Amino acid sequence: MNFDYDSEQNDLREAVRGLLARSYSDSEQRRSVVAADPGFDEKTWSRLAEMGLLGLPFTEEDGGMGAGPVEVAIVAEEIGRVLAPEPFIETVVLAGGLVAAVGTAEQKGEILGGIAEGTTIAVFAHAEPGTRWTPTAEGVTATRSGDGWTLTGVKEPVPSGARADVLVVSAVVDGGTGLFLVQGDASGLNRTGYRTHDGTRAANVRFEGTPAVTLGAGGDQTAAIERALAEARIAYGHEAIGAMDTALRTTAAYLKTRKQFGVTLNKFQALTFRAADMYVSLELARSTALWASMVQEAGGDVVQAADRARLQVSRAGRHIGKEAIQLHGGIGVTAEYSVGHYTSRLTAIDHLLGDGDWAADRLAANVASYETVDPLGAPYA
Amino acid sequence: MRLQLSPELEAFREEMRTFFTTQVPQEIRDTVAAHRHVSKEQYVKTQRVLNAAGLAVPHWPVEWGGKDWTPLQRHIWREEMQLANVPEPLAFNTSMIGPVIATFGNQEQKERFLPKTANLDIWWCQGFSEPDAGSDLASLRTTAVRDGNDWVVNGQKTWTTLGQHADWIFCLVRTDPTAEKKQRGISLLVFPMDSPGVTLRPIELLDGGFEVNEVFFEDVRVPADDLIGEENRGWDYAKFLLGNERVGIARVGTTKRMLAQAKEHAREITVGGRPLSEDPRMAARIAELENELVALELTALRVVANSADGKPHPASSVLKLRGSELQQAATELFVDIAGPLSLASFAGEGSDVPEWARVATPHFLNYRKVSIYGGSNEVQRTIIAGSILGL
Ligand SMILES: Cc1cc2nc3c(=O)[nH]c(=O)nc-3n(C[C@H](O)[C@H](O)[C@H](O)COP(=O)(O)OP(=O)(O)OC[C@H]3O[C@@H](n4cnc5c(N)ncnc54)[C@H](O)[C@@H]3O)c2cc1C
Repeated sequence: MNFDYDSEQNDLREAVRGLLARSYSDSEQRRSVVAADPGFDEKTWSRLAEMGLLGLPFTEEDGGMGAGPVEVAIVAEEIGRVLAPEPFIETVVLAGGLVAAVGTAEQKGEILGGIAEGTTIAVFAHAEPGTRWTPTAEGVTATRSGDGWTLTGVKEPVPSGARADVLVVSAVVDGGTGLFLVQGDASGLNRTGYRTHDGTRAANVRFEGTPAVTLGAGGDQTAAIERALAEARIAYGHEAIGAMDTALRTTAAYLKTRKQFGVTLNKFQALTFRAADMYVSLELARSTALWASMVQEAGGDVVQAADRARLQVSRAGRHIGKEAIQLHGGIGVTAEYSVGHYTSRLTAIDHLLGDGDWAADRLAANVASYETVDPLGAPYA
Repeated sequence: MRLQLSPELEAFREEMRTFFTTQVPQEIRDTVAAHRHVSKEQYVKTQRVLNAAGLAVPHWPVEWGGKDWTPLQRHIWREEMQLANVPEPLAFNTSMIGPVIATFGNQEQKERFLPKTANLDIWWCQGFSEPDAGSDLASLRTTAVRDGNDWVVNGQKTWTTLGQHADWIFCLVRTDPTAEKKQRGISLLVFPMDSPGVTLRPIELLDGGFEVNEVFFEDVRVPADDLIGEENRGWDYAKFLLGNERVGIARVGTTKRMLAQAKEHAREITVGGRPLSEDPRMAARIAELENELVALELTALRVVANSADGKPHPASSVLKLRGSELQQAATELFVDIAGPLSLASFAGEGSDVPEWARVATPHFLNYRKVSIYGGSNEVQRTIIAGSILGL
């Protein structure tokens, strides 16, 4: 039991921090990057690839670094700290994670290799206008066509869906949910991208008899999807921790400099106590997020651990996001100042793969089946 | 104590409801219902429809278009307007500068400004806050120096809501920098926004909208006649005005309308094979919000039924505090009902996500403002603790 990073992990954190600082040392830089399509900086993406970060969790055989969930968490937290808009979790953790888990050796070599080199942006097209945080597909169906398959239906919102070179798509097949690969230039693929409130991009992706191949052996992949989503939830949790950390630091610094009534705002205990409560939320969420990554590394029940982290991070993110704006006053709701963007991103993360109530409901369904929770024991370790 | 409205008030309520739902163009009410930005033309059109029927400024003196209604009638008027998704008459005109001019202005100023203010022929903006004078408004630094028959204004205002539409600004300026108390040396000046030396810079908010501005003054000359009331009494007028601002700030009707919409949307979303509206957690959350709103509405009614002598009921201070919190909770509810669809915030044509779900998060982010402006919720707590509890 040890929550500390080792020296290599510390080095990794410093390196990622340094790399991202080149692109996002102030919030104006981020504002101009997200103002133009594709909503992130391709140069920063290449630098992430050069440092090996885009292949971090993939095996060396697949062109990756063979690193574990803690390393992924470190990168995600640094991304959150500066709100870097690059689709690291979307491409590497989620889409890449699915390919790594179920792809054939050939698919892994090609797609994971391309992701690691920074030449392939892959995303998971899964959410549908009629579903809500399920591991299954309902509205997109796969039909056999000769040797391959065609897909029909709509996925939305798909993060970075318009920019992606390859889409990993969930679709109804034989009563289950299968996974398919669709190339960005496939016929019958219509993508309409747009900006989202947090500055990133999403898309409506329409399949009209679009040719596709199965990812891996085919068949029902609900369990693999559930697991990949859980791992992505944990990673987004770390991104949120980084964002909350900056939101809190920014707020504390503001309270020390903003003057009203002849004194700096930190002279009002009504405000400093609220900052203290933000810290309480942040540290509880941080512990839970770190724990979830360790459960993943230890091979424990990652789905349940992810739900616990999701619940804690969701509650903390809302608390800290709202208070960070409120304690700033008017400047907090402007697009010209940084802090509100953190609230915006935290709100987006909260709704990407399941919010706190959603996670609490999943945990609630299970409470009768055990007596106490031991985070260091079964089913986690 | 009596629960029911009198038959006269019931009839009054019906009359208001009918007017608002039949006389204000549907397209404008749809804009409000959909949480889209209301355009200048839509505000102007609505206020003129109301004003023609004597419903824009019922709380003003009868002589200037007021109605001599009871506080309860005014409450019903406002609540029905909000329930019908009618954009309220521009607060800067009808709740702020109008009543100040009607109470403290001279006859010439009343004649010159009040009819046009009621009819939104003049669009006013509020020049109070400055970069270093927010909660501590009395520390404002914009100055006006007398030069012959003019005041010469220099300085900066900020957060000026819809200043880009405004014809005139009412502005707190420091006219006596030597006054012992900083509240004493402040006056209220009014001048056109196109006066030489006035420049405006829009500020983008988190939802991507432009509703506030910075306004800069460089040697702006304002005729001495355009000082409202007495020199150096501006702070009293500001307090009077902000007191009026707090009336109706609970926005019970607006939140009630939002909760009704939220229930409708929750019926459209399916989770685990059933409508989200039937999800026990979601249903309980809505029930709690509705109950909080009932408590707020009843408190508002208790306050209006009790303030006949003109003095605000002490409980009125809870209206802004809780009213803003409930408005914010309602906007958050929309985001959570939209769930993953809330990510499609700026989707346009070609999106399968319904419009209400797309605007949910920008609206939620924008509404963080309601606990900040009009006296922040911390300021409201300071008032409750200090003025009411004597702490
Ligand atoms: C969208 C929007 C529209 C606005 N429109 C207008 C307008 O049209 N005209 C106009 O003049 N102004 C307008 N305002 C300005 C508004 O009135 C101010 O934002 C408000 O007074 C708060 O001031 P501030 O933003 O400078 O925050 P600050 O006063 O700096 O406050 C920062 C934080 O500290 C808290 N705080 C401050 N002092 C204390 C204290 N003594 N004790 C405890 N907590 C304290 C505040 O509550 C807040 O949480 C608008 C603001 C917004 C956001």
